[in-house]
Amino acid sequence: MNIIAFIMDNAERCWSLTLDHISIVSFSIFLAGLIGIPTGIIISHNKKTAQKVINIANIFMTIPSIALFGLMLPLLAIAGYGLGKVPAIIALVLYSQLPIIRNTYVGIRNIPPELVEAATGLGMDRWTRLKEIEIPLAMPVIIAGLRNAAVMNIGIAAIAAYIGAGGLGVFIQQGIARAYEDMILAGAILVALLAILIDCGMSLLEKILTPKGIRITGDLGV
Amino acid sequence: MNSAIRNIYRLIIIVFLLACVILTVRSGLIEYLSDPNEILYTIRLVGQHVNMVIVSMAIATTLGLSIGIIFTRPRLKRFSGIIMYIVGLGQTVPSLAVIAIAMSFLGIGFKAAVFALFTYSILPIARNTIAGIRSVPPWIIDAAKGMGMPGLQILFQVEIPNAMKVILTGFRVALVINIGTAALAFLIGAGGLGEHIFTGIDLMRSDKLLAGAIPTALLALLADYMCELLGLIIIPRGLRLTQGVR
Repeated sequence: MNIIAFIMDNAERCWSLTLDHISIVSFSIFLAGLIGIPTGIIISHNKKTAQKVINIANIFMTIPSIALFGLMLPLLAIAGYGLGKVPAIIALVLYSQLPIIRNTYVGIRNIPPELVEAATGLGMDRWTRLKEIEIPLAMPVIIAGLRNAAVMNIGIAAIAAYIGAGGLGVFIQQGIARAYEDMILAGAILVALLAILIDCGMSLLEKILTPKGIRITGDLGV
Repeated sequence: MNSAIRNIYRLIIIVFLLACVILTVRSGLIEYLSDPNEILYTIRLVGQHVNMVIVSMAIATTLGLSIGIIFTRPRLKRFSGIIMYIVGLGQTVPSLAVIAIAMSFLGIGFKAAVFALFTYSILPIARNTIAGIRSVPPWIIDAAKGMGMPGLQILFQVEIPNAMKVILTGFRVALVINIGTAALAFLIGAGGLGEHIFTGIDLMRSDKLLAGAIPTALLALLADYMCELLGLIIIPRGLRLTQGVR
C-alpha cells in the first residue's frame, strides 16, 4: 500500500507526467493517422505495392524501440534534436505505421465487392465512393488499428524516458536508478492503467464510429 | 511504368545504404569496432543477449504452448475466454514496467531479466495457441472423430498442424518483442547489447551507441526472417497455399 501513499504524496508530479505521456502518445497517433490512413487507402487498390509498403512498415516494427532511438540519435543530433520529445515522437509515428496501414488496407479490401459495384451503379465517382461507402464501412477496422497503435505506443513512450522525452517512464527510470520500489511500481501501474484506459476509450470510439447499419452484422473486420 | 518504379526503388535503397556507410564512418563506429578489445566485448554482449533470449524463449514457448493446449481441451474450453482476456490485459503492461517490477521482486541480474522476459513472451504465444486451435474448423475435428482418432491423436495430427501458422505468428511476435526487451535488461544488471546503447546515450558517444543499436536491430530482423523460414519447414504443405487457415 506504499504505492498508493507514494502516488498521493506526489499527486501533482504524477498528474503532470501522465499529461506529458498522454500528449506524446496522442500527438504521435494523430500524426501517424495522418500519414498511415491515406497510405492505406492509396495502396488498397494495388496488391503488389501494398505488400511492399506493409513489408517496409513491418521492418520498422521489428526494430526494437531502444535500438531505433539509438539509431536515430546520431542522425537527429546533427539537427540538434538528438534527445527529447522529437525523436520519441518520430519513433512512435514509425511504429504506428504497421497497425494503421495494415488495418486500413484490410478494412477497405474486406468490403464486399458487390457494395462497391452497387455504388458504381448508382453513378458515384471514385471520390464519392470512397467517402460514402469505403471509409465508413472500413471505419471500425481503421479505429481498431489506431487502438492497437495507441496501446503499443504507451509502452514504448515509457522507454522514451531514457532519451529525455519525459512521461511516466521517468518514474520507472528514476525508480530503477534509486532502487526505490514504490516509485517503480507507481510508474508501472500508472502506465498500465493508462494503457487499459486508452484501450477501453478507443473501443468505445470504435462502437460509436461504426455506422448504424452494420452494427448488428458487424462482421466486416479481421 | 513498372520499371521506372523499380528504378526509383533501387535508387532509394542505394541512397539509403550510402547514408548508412557515411553515418558509420562519421560516427567513428568502424574505428571503435576495429579496436580488438572493443570488438571482443561487443561479441560478449551479443552472447549475453542471445543467451537471455534463448533461455527465456525456451521456457515461454513450453509454458505458453501448454497453457494454450490445456485451455482448448473440451473440458476446460469454457475458461479459454477468461485466459484470453487476462492475456490481453497483460499485454497492455509496457515492457519496461515488467522489467522494473521483476527487479523489485527478484533483485538484479540474469535471473530477474529472464523471468521478466519469459513472463512477457508467454502472452503472445499462449494467446495465439488458443486462437489458432479455436479457429480450426469444427468439421475437420468431426471428421477426425469419425475416423476413430482418440483425443491425443486429434490434438497432434489435426489441431496443432492446422493451428501451426497462427502459433508460429505468436512465437515470432514473442521472439521479436523479447529481443527488444532484452536490450532493456541492462537496466537491471543483466548485460546484453543494451549496455552499449544506454552507456552510449549517457556519454553521448554515437560510436558506442551504434555498436549496440545496430546489432540489436539486426538480431531482431534476423530472428523475424528465421521465423519465416521456419514456417516453410513446419507448416504442413497442404495448408500453405490455401489461405483458409484463419
